[in-house]
Amino acid sequence: MREKILYVLGIAAIAILAWNINAIARLPEETEQGVTFKIIFFHVPMWAVAITAACAALLASVGFLVTKNFRFDAAAVAVTEVGLAFTTVGLVTGSIWGREIWGIWWTWDARLTSALVCWLLYAGYLMLRKAIEEPTQRATFAAVFSIFAFLDVPIVVFSIKWWRTQHPAPVFWAGGSFPPDWTKHLLWNMAAMLLLGIVMVAVRLRQEEAQREIDSLRRTAHTL
Amino acid sequence: MGFLRQVLVIAAKDLRAELRTKEAINASLAFALVILLLFSFAFDPTEETTREISGGLLWIVFAFAGALVLNRSFARELPNDCLDALIAAPISGAALFLGKAMANFLLVLAVELVSLPVFGIFYNVRWTSQFGELMLVLALGTWALTVIGTMFSALTVNIRLREVMLPMLTYPILVPALLGAMQLTTGLVAGQPIGPDTVAWLKMLIGFDVVYTAVSLVLAETVLVG
Repeated sequence: MREKILYVLGIAAIAILAWNINAIARLPEETEQGVTFKIIFFHVPMWAVAITAACAALLASVGFLVTKNFRFDAAAVAVTEVGLAFTTVGLVTGSIWGREIWGIWWTWDARLTSALVCWLLYAGYLMLRKAIEEPTQRATFAAVFSIFAFLDVPIVVFSIKWWRTQHPAPVFWAGGSFPPDWTKHLLWNMAAMLLLGIVMVAVRLRQEEAQREIDSLRRTAHTL
Repeated sequence: MGFLRQVLVIAAKDLRAELRTKEAINASLAFALVILLLFSFAFDPTEETTREISGGLLWIVFAFAGALVLNRSFARELPNDCLDALIAAPISGAALFLGKAMANFLLVLAVELVSLPVFGIFYNVRWTSQFGELMLVLALGTWALTVIGTMFSALTVNIRLREVMLPMLTYPILVPALLGAMQLTTGLVAGQPIGPDTVAWLKMLIGFDVVYTAVSLVLAETVLVG
């Protein structure tokens, strides 16, 4: 049953994406940046999902420390891994846009640097998990590190903002102009990406559960 | 025994053990000097260039050398199951953590205080003109380094690749603190006191220290005792 729901959600996400990409391709080109501007339809949703994942990882980590329930630990690792994948794509799409518009792949601007630091933090989380073998200790230490990492994000963002800023100011909510029917497509893309992220997290959670079952079977086999 | 006394007993124990063996502090000092030497090849060590990048140079040296001290902090307790005995002792995890953090703070600060005059001589920089403020920044930055480093030293104590993992986890978290300390140190070494445009960094550094000290004290029991 669960598997069928996952298939349906996955197919729905892909269908929305396919329809929406088709619609976005027909939109007129932006006056200054031309077709390159349309990467925003993928770049912004990527970051929306990544930020959602970071918040979910914090909640799951705190949940594990409070309840010691391993379901929270599995959720934390699943969400972090998927979030890291979206962060990577966010960095790559941003970099491609930068090459076209700024003429450079990378610049040490506030948002870019903060994003890279976040990427490093969550990659460190996964490496820490890989390195610790004992399950309870792994879950506890990883949860503590996740809390440290999440707390760091606002400090990193503000400190690097004082340092330097080059990233274009947000088009949304900050006085920029974005036609309403374009916003509609952006929101659809965001919904599709979020759905895709949820499916990926669910698949990853199943893997974690299977892994735990294998571990317990192995332990039983050892005792026999 | 009050909380403060427990902290001081742990800190004194760590300092005594370190000063008798000198294993971490000697390695750390030698490492700091080697990096200072290497930097002189990386760029033309004239007075002006050095003045521009002094903060970055010094804090990279401090962070690298500090990692060596922090690596040993909990690893030292592994032989003879000393860590289990420490955890079984009738003190809270927070007291144990704070004691170790204080010992590390003093050791790293000692390495820094030796490196600074060496830096001044090698790179021909008069760094003492804002001595008081420089010491304040040094203390705040070093506390950030040690509070995070001591916590992660506990997290990585049982890992095979401990020496690699600790700096890899510590430095990204430390980015804001190191950035602030670097900015402030560059100005202070060049002789400019902390003014209205740099005081934000000082506030950020203090905020960083307060936030992470509080979180570490809350989570220390979970990490050490489980």
